[in-house]
Order: sequence, then structure tokens, then C-alpha cells
Amino acid sequence: MGRLHEVLGARKAAGEKSLVVYLTGGLPDVPTTTRLIEAVAAAGADAVELGIPFSDPIMDGPVIQAASQRALDAGVTPAGVLQAVMPVSDVLPVGFMTYANLVHHAGWERFAHEAAAAGLCAAIVPDLPLEEATPWLDAARTAGLDTVLLVAPTTPPERIRRIAAETSGFLYAVGVLGVTGVREQLARTAVELAARACELTEVPVLVGVGVGTPEQAAEVCRVADGVVIGSAVVRRVLDAETPDAAVESVAGFVRAVRAAMDEPA
Amino acid sequence: MTHELLGDGRYADFGGMYVPETLVPALREVEDAFTRAWQDAAFRECLDGLLRDYVGRPTAVTEAKNLSDRLGVRVLLKREDLNHTGSHKINNTIGQALLCERMGKERVIAETGAGQHGVATATAAALFGLDCTVFMGEEDVARQALNVVRMRLLGAEVVPVTSGSRTLKDATNEALRDWVATVESTHYIIGSVVGPHPYPAMVRELQRVISVEARAQCEALGCLPDVVIACVGGGSNAIGVFAEFLGTGARLVGCEAGGLGLESGRHGASISRGVPGILHGARTMLLQDENGQVLEAHSISAGLDYPGVGPQHAALARSGAAEYVTVTDSEAIDGFRLLAETEGIIPALETAHAVAALAALAPTLDPGTTVLLCVSGRGDKDVDTLARALGLDTAGSGSPEDY
Ligand SMILES: Cc1ncc(COP(=O)(O)O)c(C=O)c1O
Repeated sequence: MGRLHEVLGARKAAGEKSLVVYLTGGLPDVPTTTRLIEAVAAAGADAVELGIPFSDPIMDGPVIQAASQRALDAGVTPAGVLQAVMPVSDVLPVGFMTYANLVHHAGWERFAHEAAAAGLCAAIVPDLPLEEATPWLDAARTAGLDTVLLVAPTTPPERIRRIAAETSGFLYAVGVLGVTGVREQLARTAVELAARACELTEVPVLVGVGVGTPEQAAEVCRVADGVVIGSAVVRRVLDAETPDAAVESVAGFVRAVRAAMDEPA
Repeated sequence: MTHELLGDGRYADFGGMYVPETLVPALREVEDAFTRAWQDAAFRECLDGLLRDYVGRPTAVTEAKNLSDRLGVRVLLKREDLNHTGSHKINNTIGQALLCERMGKERVIAETGAGQHGVATATAAALFGLDCTVFMGEEDVARQALNVVRMRLLGAEVVPVTSGSRTLKDATNEALRDWVATVESTHYIIGSVVGPHPYPAMVRELQRVISVEARAQCEALGCLPDVVIACVGGGSNAIGVFAEFLGTGARLVGCEAGGLGLESGRHGASISRGVPGILHGARTMLLQDENGQVLEAHSISAGLDYPGVGPQHAALARSGAAEYVTVTDSEAIDGFRLLAETEGIIPALETAHAVAALAALAPTLDPGTTVLLCVSGRGDKDVDTLARALGLDTAGSGSPEDY
């Protein structure tokens, strides 16, 4: 088990909620990605999930699609994204999130090795369900990386149990039926799935997809062990006029989420 | 859960089920429902009845005498262009719509390139009273405008997709995203032998009717084909016409889109020029760059404009059980004209690739050879594209020789 597992496990044991922030790697550029990681850490994030842009992101809604496309158009590569991490790798655990083809193309072992060497400690690959995950899981374990697996509102309890047994770092509960993106209201499925999953496993359960405001984060944390926030953060990077503005806007938002999560219910 | 009919979704080391967790239970449900339906005599009777009385099956096998004279081999045409809606795509959509009804879902979605699958899905949806949304790349909406109108007239919603290359790949992404959100009420009718398990196997079984009929029809003509030839986009008409001839000793030839030529980098030749990769739920041969970003395919024919291919074709190519050749845009235009002028059949541009490949292959074949060619669809939808390519005036004047 890797560093993500240690950090989030310790927080759960201490009764504290975990905040994982998603950033699209290379947006607006690689140096700013490094600064953004530092800034969200300072603002209260417990870990960062760093997206490696892929041409065909089928689990992503309009915001992260646009972010990925913009980064790709600017020439961002997987190796370039990984480079953003080293300067801040001891600040907080950083994992990558990308689609199976990018990892497969490099080779499961090689990619795991390169990610670990670049200072990353975990992986999320949303199109690698249990049925297909074995080659990657073996490679990741060898390289010392945690792999976060996902459960969805459609996952039956028995399958949640099997997925929870294989995940490391945390169990990612997909809060809504749907792709990434901010929703006006927290879906009922988010709370229901988190409650179900928490009953079935000791691993920290974090809800992601469809959690986009401090209020929604606080609401989810009444049942879950934490949240993953993505589109709401990436939206701020996309909208910012300058790298400085992006860092400032994201930091302010993450501070607000942190505060809402930590407020006594 | 492994079923004999559908297998385990692995074709050598191709295939699989690379999808978000949200969809895994739905794929199991489809696998299970289809397996049961296939064993249910009432379902089969209903499907066979629809294929006969609604689609117009069996489709003819035409002895192409003029083309045979021209090429020096005996050419038989399996006439999927004669199906209702004009292509083989409806064999699949009628079956899946019937399955959708059986699973109690009230909405279907589909991706489409040429629009033939979209039209076939919209048609089946109208027949079964299902809501229907079709995703279509913006570029294809423009070049297959006739089919967009047909889908809308049939009551389907057509959603133009503006991301990425704005063609079939991106339409498929968008359909998958829709399905992730609507999976409880919606069935995704994938249009070819692509996608996650069980789709490549299920669509193959629904398209197998092409070769079941063709084999009997050839036998009635006193021969079995020595060569079977079909175009390959995702590969559904090809797998359908190959299925019953696998292992018979017939030479199976699939034709991929050579676009502007393999050296140009602008083509759809995933088997000939791709490397193994993972897209739309399956590990298969895939056009991608040095980092694993999926490349835009190119073909004059929207139905072949796809950077991947059905995983079973990837495996057939690997083992040598079938061979795959490429045909460029301009060769396809020649193939189109050849079939139109010799046989009075206007084929789809997709099919025209197979005709061109046959013309190229014929000089290497013994004169006694019998070739079965799958005419996957009719070419009305492509008349504008052809007119432009040949400099024909759609208002009526001008002839092909003028260009
Ligand atoms: C007439 C026709 N033939 C062939 C194809 C290619 O599909 P497949 O390779 O699945 O048969 C299409 C796809 O749109 C088509 O419309």
C-alpha cells in the first residue's frame, strides 16, 4: 500500500474528512500545474488527482472535456504532466487520473514505473473495471502505487465488496449516474451509495462526480469519508485570465470547501 | 458468466469490457437478456418474422454477369442494399430493439457515421414505439444530410457532436456519455461489432443472417465461394458475411479505408496501420499517436471513417484467418462507378471499397474462381459526395467524363 492509503487511512482513523482535488494536468501549462498543486495543498486539500489529458474522455462532461482539449491543443503530453509533480511530491499525495489507452500504450509496467519515479503515488483509471484491472493492479503494486477503484450507483452490494477488497487509497463512489460535471443539487444517489459503501468496507469512501459546491461537500461528508472535487475547480482554471488568477481563484474555492467540510454538523 | 453463444468477449488478446463501472452491470444485463432471448423460440420467431415481412429478407444473391465478364471471375453479390432502409444495419437494430423491449427499457440511443445505422435505429424505434436519440458528428451531419432528414422524419432526435474530429469516434464518445447517465431506462444500440463485450458478439450473431442465407443461396447455385469480400468500418457487414464461411477454406477479405493513401496518414486503416489500443470499451487495433492519443481517421465514406475496428477482426487478422486490404478514396470512386455501370446497382461508398478491392484482386485469381461480395448498402446517401468528387452538376447537366 502506498502513501495515499496511509494519509487517507490515518484521517479516517482520526475521524477527519478527506478532500481530494482534481486538476487537469498541463492546464494552463505545466509550471502552473505545479503551482496549483501547491496552492490546493495550502488551501486544505489532502491529496491531488492529476488528470492526464486523453483524446477521448468518455467519463468526462463538458468542463473537463474542454480542459483536456485545451491542454492537448497546447501540446501537453503524459510525460509532461508527470513532470509537474516532482517539485511538490512531498507536499501531499498526488495520483494520476487518465484513461486506459494512455497507460496501455506506454505499457502497464513502464507507465507505473515512470509515474512512481516522477513522484506520484496513486492511480485512477475509470475505464478499467475489475474485469480488466489485473495487469495494471499487478504493475501498480510492484511500483508501489495505490490504485483507486470506482463503484457506481448501479453497482450491486456484492460487487461493491469485491471492488473494495481490491482498491487502495480510497474507494471512489461515483455520486451520480453520469459523467463529471457540476450539478445544481446533490443527487440522492450520492448519499445512498456512500452510505451503502461505508457499511460494506473499512476503506475510506470518497464521493466524486456531481459534488461541486462547499454545501454539497458538507452534505456528502455527513455520510462519506470525504469528497473528490473536479469540474468546479477546473472551471475556475479555464475561466481565469492569467495563471496567477487561476491559482488565486482555485485556492479560494478549495479553502471554502475545506471550511464547509470541517464545520461541525 | 460465460455463454457459448457470445463467448467471453476475448478474441485472442483483443476485446474485453473497458468501460466505466457504471456500465458494467448494464453490459451483464444485455449479455444475459440476449442469451436468453436467443434460446427463446418465441423471440426468434418474432425476429425472423420481422426480418422477413418488414426488412424484406432473405435478400437476393445476384449473379453479376457483366461484372464477372469484366473481371474474369464469377461474382455473386449478396444484396444487403435491398433491405428496408438500404443497408445491413437494420439486421442489427431490429434485433436489438426487440431485445430492448424485452428488457423493459423505453429509450434507445445510437451513434452513427454514414447515418445508415442511425436511420436503421430510428426506424426500429418508430416500429417499437421507443424514444430515440442519435449522436452524429457535425462533419457527418453535413456530408450525410439526407440521412439526417430521414432520422428526423422518423421521429428521432439527432444530436450533432462538436467535440474532437466531429465524426463517428466522437459520436460514439457522446453516446457512451449519455448511456452512463441514462443506463437504467435506456438501451444503447451500438451499430457495429465494436464496443465492450457483449456487443461485438451480439452484433455478429444478429448479422450472421447474411452468411446463413448466402451460404444456402450459393449452394443452390451449385457452388461455394472461393473468396468472400466485404468492406470494414467497425466490421459488422464483414463479420456477418464471413461468419458461416470461417473454416470452410474460403478466402476472407476485408477492405479498410485507405483514405488519401496510407503514406498520407489520412486513412481509416486500423488493422493495416494501427497498433493495439483501447477505445470504446475494447482492446483492438487502433490508430493513435506516439503517446496513445487516438488519431482522427479519414475516409471519403463516413461509415469507414473510424480509428478502431471490431476486436474479432483484429484477431482474425492476427491469426491469418482473414486478410485485410486497403482501398483509397479515389479507388473507391472507381469501384462505385464500376458496379453502377456494369450492373445498374448504385452502391454505398462503403461497399464501393469492396468492389474496388475485388477489381484489384481479380487479375490474381484463377478464372474459375467464385467471389461473393457483400453489397452492404445502397448509395443514394452518397450521390452528393460522388457528384462533387466527379464534378457532376446535380442540376442535371454534365457527365462523369467532364471531370
Ligand atoms: C452501407 C454501409 N456499409 C458498411 C458500413 C460500415 O460498417 P460495418 O463495417 O460495421 O459494416 C456502413 C456504416 O455506416 C454502411 O452504412
